[in-house]
Amino acid sequence: MAIEVRIPTILRTYTGGEKSVGGGGDTLAALIDDLEANHPGIKDRLIEARDGRVDLRRFVNVYVNDEDVRFTGGLGTELSDGDQVVVLPAVAGG
Amino acid sequence: MLRLDRTTYDAIVAHAKQDHPVEACGVVAGAEGSDLPSRHVPMVNAAGSPTFYEFDSTELLALYKQMWANDEEPVVIYHSHTATEAYPSRTDIGLANEPGAHYVLVSTREHGNSEGPVEFRSYRIVDGDVTEEPVEILDQLTA
Repeated sequence: MAIEVRIPTILRTYTGGEKSVGGGGDTLAALIDDLEANHPGIKDRLIEARDGRVDLRRFVNVYVNDEDVRFTGGLGTELSDGDQVVVLPAVAGG
Repeated sequence: MLRLDRTTYDAIVAHAKQDHPVEACGVVAGAEGSDLPSRHVPMVNAAGSPTFYEFDSTELLALYKQMWANDEEPVVIYHSHTATEAYPSRTDIGLANEPGAHYVLVSTREHGNSEGPVEFRSYRIVDGDVTEEPVEILDQLTA
């Protein structure tokens, strides 16, 4: 299964400088595991344990076909062949 | 050193004054690798707060898709502080994810929505290290 994942500048140290990489998985969680297998270290930059469960990091936005996954089931968001995934760190501060 | 044209500088200051006491935020995009901030994009502060800002997530995606289509990058990322000095807070430093960008801070603490000077300062924030840099305002920017 081929899913294109757009990688932000700050995480390209894990992808050898590549702006986008391919991955596979039925869900976002599975895709992130697949990315981790090929780009070790990237998973920890995307997810964290919070309140006893694993979730996307608060200040990392992930979009599947332009939809913010926070509104489509988070890590459980279902994926299909040809989906486009974009990872963007939040632009935020105090 | 950050070089910025006066029109963009004025627009950022006006944005900060208008949104005071809520923090204003936005970017100035420019051609990748050029270090020329050429396209001002004011953003919605989804946090709507006097002490926090966050680009709206839908607008953030639209902004980046537009920049990718234009071969642009965020040359300047700015936000205002409305009660404190124009220096990056611990949160600003922790969440700075564009090592190539100039992080601009505008403080409206002195005059708020009214006429009057603001603090306008620029920083590089890389791996938690903050380095202030000079700001030069020019009538026109050239490559």
